[in-house]
Order: sequence, then C-alpha cells, then structure tokens
Amino acid sequence: MTGYFKQQASPENLDDRPFAIRHYSADRLKDALYRMHLIRRFEESAEDCYMRGLIHGTMHLSIGQEASAMGACMSLTPDDQITSTHRGHGHCIAKGADVARMFAEFFGRQTGYCKGRGGSMHIADVAGGNLGANGIVAGGIPIAVGAAMANKRLHPGRVVVSFFGDGANNEGAFHESLNMASVWKLPVIFVCENNGYGMSTSTARSTAVEHIATRAGGYNMPAGIVDGNNFSDVTEAMQPALRRARTGGGPSLLECKTYRWRGHSKSDRNLYRTKEEIQQWQRKDPIARFESSLLEYGIATQHQIQQTADRVEGDIERAIDYAKESPQPSVKDLLKYVYTEQQTP
Amino acid sequence: MNDVSEISYAEAIKDAMAIALQADERVFLMGEDIGVYGGAFQVTGDLVHRFGEDRVIDMPISELAGAGVAVGAAVNGLRPILEFQFSDFAALAMEQIANQAAKMRYMLGGEVSVPVVMRFPSGSGTGAAAQHSQSLEAWFGHVPGLKVVQPSTPYDAKGLLLAALEDPDPVMIFEHKLLYKVKGEVPEGHYTVPIGKAAVVLEGRDLTIVASSIMVPRALDAAGELARQGVSAEVIDLRTIRPLDRETIVKSVCKTHRLLCVYEGVKTLGIGAEVSASVVESEAFDFLDAPIVRLGGAESPIPYNPELEKAAVPQKENIIDAALALASGVR
Repeated sequence: MTGYFKQQASPENLDDRPFAIRHYSADRLKDALYRMHLIRRFEESAEDCYMRGLIHGTMHLSIGQEASAMGACMSLTPDDQITSTHRGHGHCIAKGADVARMFAEFFGRQTGYCKGRGGSMHIADVAGGNLGANGIVAGGIPIAVGAAMANKRLHPGRVVVSFFGDGANNEGAFHESLNMASVWKLPVIFVCENNGYGMSTSTARSTAVEHIATRAGGYNMPAGIVDGNNFSDVTEAMQPALRRARTGGGPSLLECKTYRWRGHSKSDRNLYRTKEEIQQWQRKDPIARFESSLLEYGIATQHQIQQTADRVEGDIERAIDYAKESPQPSVKDLLKYVYTEQQTP
Repeated sequence: MNDVSEISYAEAIKDAMAIALQADERVFLMGEDIGVYGGAFQVTGDLVHRFGEDRVIDMPISELAGAGVAVGAAVNGLRPILEFQFSDFAALAMEQIANQAAKMRYMLGGEVSVPVVMRFPSGSGTGAAAQHSQSLEAWFGHVPGLKVVQPSTPYDAKGLLLAALEDPDPVMIFEHKLLYKVKGEVPEGHYTVPIGKAAVVLEGRDLTIVASSIMVPRALDAAGELARQGVSAEVIDLRTIRPLDRETIVKSVCKTHRLLCVYEGVKTLGIGAEVSASVVESEAFDFLDAPIVRLGGAESPIPYNPELEKAAVPQKENIIDAALALASGVR
C-alpha cells in the first residue's frame, strides 16, 4: 500500500535527493521551514499565554506534527481549500494564515479570524481557503466532501484537503464521507494525521486495522502511508493524490504517521503513555529533520536557518502585541452572526 | 397575476423545486431514492428526467454525510435542497445539522453563510409506527442558527420553499405526510411566503387556536363545528416556528382573551410551551380570562395500532372539546 504513492522510475528519479528538494525552489523550501517554525513557536507561545492566564478555554497543540500540516499544504494553491480539526493551528498556518489574526482570535478579540467567536477550536481563514477547525471529531470530513462537490461544478481543478486525526477513523461520518466521495469521484484528499492516540485511547485499542489507510480499500480509493514527520515524504505522497483530484479521478486517502508531543488538551495528565515513548518521538523532530535535509543538500546554511528562527521570534512577538492591543467584541453584538444580516426591504 | 391551479401539497413542493432548478444553476436536490424512484412520497417525481442526475442526486443511505455534504456545498456557493426520507432519520444527521450547519456562520465570525434547505416528511397517521412518524420540529426550533418552517397548505409549501432558497441561512422544512395529497389553490410561477410570519387563517372573537402543520386544517374543521355551537374561534397558522411570530399571537390573544395551542409534537417542552410563554410574558397576560390550554402529542412513541395512533396526537374532536371547555362561560 505504501508503494502506491511512490514515484515510478523516471529520469527525474535518477536524482536521489529527497522529492521536496528536487521539486520545490530553494525559496519555497525556506518558506516552508519558516512556516514550520512559525507553527511550533505559535503553539509554544499560545501555550505560554494560556499558562499565564492571557488565553482562556482550552487548546489542542500539534507540536511534533508540523511536517504533515506543512507537507500536505505545500502544493496547494491559494484557491484550494482545507477543513481542519480541533488540533488545527498547524493547518491554518500551513495554509497561509496570519498569526497576528490567529493570536487575536485566541485572545477573543474582534480582529481575530472569527471575531472572537470561535477561539482555538474553530480557527479558520475562509479567504485563505481554510473552512475551519472543528470541535467535533470527523465533523469537517463531510463538509470537505460537500465543498469538493461544489468545486467540481463551479471551479474545476480546485481541491479540498480534509485533515483529521486517527480518532476520526472510527466515526460514522468518516466512513460515509469516504464512500460518498468515491462514488461521486470528488476532488478531495483525506489526510489522516495518525498521532497514535484519540485523546488517551491508542489506535491499537480502538481501531481494528493496523493502518488507517487500509480503510481506503473498502471505498475503492488509493491510499498511502508516509512518515508524517518527514516533510519531503508527505509532499511526495500528496502529488498523485492532487493529480487524481485535479483531473477528475476522485479522492485519495493519505495516512501520516506522526506524534503529538503535548497532551491531548490542557487537562491531559499524560497517564497513558511513557516519557520514553515521548522522548523517542522527540528525537524524530520533523523540523530538525527538515533542517538537516536543507543543510545536507545545500538549500540553506546554518546561518540562514538561525535567521529564520529569529524572524519567527519577531513575528510571534509582534503578533501577540497585535492581539493584546486589539479591541474586544462588544457585548451588544452577542447575537450578531447567528443569522446572516439581511436588508429589510 | 399568475394563473392559479388546484394542485396537491406534494405537487406544490415539486413545482417550487422545478422553478428553482430551472432558474438557478446552483440549485440541486439530494436525497435517498429521489431520482427515478421519485422519492418515498413521490415529491421529486419526474424531476430527474427533466433536470438530470447531476441536479437530482440519489445519495447513498448516509444521512450524516449527506447533511454535511449539503453544508459544504452550500458554503462553497451551491444551493442544496436535501430531502430526508422521513424526518425521524434526521436523528442520524443531527451532528451536521445542529453543530455544523447551525453554528458555522457564528463560529467563524460571519465569514460564511450556510444557505442549505432541508426537507423533512414528518408526522403520524400513516401506520408507520414509532420510527417513521415523529414530529421533531421542536428539536430544531431549539437551535439558534436554524430557521424552521411547517407549511400547512399547498400555497405555503411552495412559497416557503422558494423563500427558503432565497434565505442565506439553513432552513428546515417540516412537511406533513398526510398533507401531501391535500389540494389547494397555488399560483403558477415564482412567489414567496415570508419566513417568520404567522397567518391568521380564520378570524374569530372567543378564543385563539394557535396551530401548525396538519393541526391547522384540523383546527379549521373544529372551528366550523364550534361556530355551529356558537363559539367563534380565531385560528393562527404559525407557518414558522423559528423565528416565532410572537406579535401575531399576542395581538390575537389580546382580542380573544383565550388561548388554545395545538401541535402534533410531544406536548412537554414543545411548541405550545413556547407559544404559551410568549403570551404570559407579554401584555396579553392581563387580557387572559382563562388558563392557557395546550393540546400536544402524547408522552409516548407513536404506536402502530390505528386507534392508538389516533389517540397519540390531537384530533379534530379533541380540539372541539378543548375549545368548548376553554370557551365555557363566554356567553
């Protein structure tokens, strides 16, 4: 199954550098590194703001999963769309969102992407093609299929990527949606970020198949399994799925094996996994691995990588300042956006 | 003025869908067996032959994904009309209806609208028993973000559906299965009935009967009998239960001083409770000459046996009895 997304032998493949290094320009690769750093530092800073009481509610951090978010979005156009999950900060940034407006949303401010109505769990960037994170496991999957149905009619060539976690693979919505997308050959790519746990319950304890990609067989769609912590592998695996979607071939399922370093949410006491397991995955840090690759193939120097990290620090700092200085929504607007405002004739 | 013809409630709905499919490329129908089969109640009928399988789509028996697909398609610019085979099956799709369709605009700070129309054949009286006979509109009426309508006539069925298609937000249409074959005058061509407006369908002096869906023709029948017995009933057809037209109800009760609420859904925590509360919270409270009476569905599932089934929801005779008791002492 893994083989499905492997490139066939071609002159290009005589070049044994990783796919991403061959496929994208140095500038695009450096931008991807910038975005991965931005995801990491955005989440670490959001966590810090939460601990200091500046952000309330809860949040689900994707630290450790940056390569799957960035890799899956790397070949998307601004017109392509995604649906995201409760662990969706990375998807939002990878699709191109402005972290200042994201922080503003986390701070509950009017300048946030959802004008302070959504928060972390509903972070979105509709203009940028992110139809929103979702508080319901598998909630975004059927919506992605519907969005793809509309795109097929109105904007042929546009693709929708539906992100979800391993937990979603046991929801009815997942199975119904994959079937429907396949029957109707819709331009949607299902990207499962399998981080091994649905909250505290491991896939081994919850899921009858070892690989979630196996589910695709029941819906007659191609699937692939990749190391979700390897940026290049994720981008490579997306290519045939994108081609298939853009040319009317229908959906694909991609399973990215990855791991979240933090707990499920802020209430997690981490009783279900060992320190050793976490440390083992931290040694497979997707950002460090991408940096090594960029250095190895001469795409970036250590100095440039440091500059990227420094730029991210500055951008995060300015984004938090923007959020703090942004106005609160007015309580008198509580009922605004429940319904679409209509002109009374 | 358009020509008027005598057609059934089902034909009126089909007419509205045909007009919309003809006028707007973005409109499409989706549902179970709505294509060549013509729909479980023959509402879509031959539309698939007129508009093709791309516009009249038979979907897998997957209510949850079907609802979500309609939401996603609506967000992205299409105008889906999703038919549920029976309103009871909405239970399978409530996640997408209540958590997604209803909340998406709000959660995203007004960045999207979800102009989806969902049609639900509902109600008892067909011997279909507990899982094919419910009146669940109050469930939906409890969710901000949704609009909920219950047409009682062919005219309203067509006009409300066309209004729903012009509405930028999710509109849930509860059609009563026993009304599908009922005929009435329906103008040809496009017209709308405003969502959120009740109608005083019969003027009267002695009491107000607020009804919805099939309870409207039953209330009108009852009012005829009441008139023969010297009681003048005013009948209000709610037509929309969310947003509720409180003004029309309050105005009527200020005139008649008595209120009887009749609805098919389970009595407790149902439409009648909200209608009653609207009255007692308003200036009409001071005008009330008698306690408000609610006639709703029994606190039971809908049974199979015909006599039991009848007993489970208000019938004309129950309305007459309740109205006479309520109006006793009027003269």
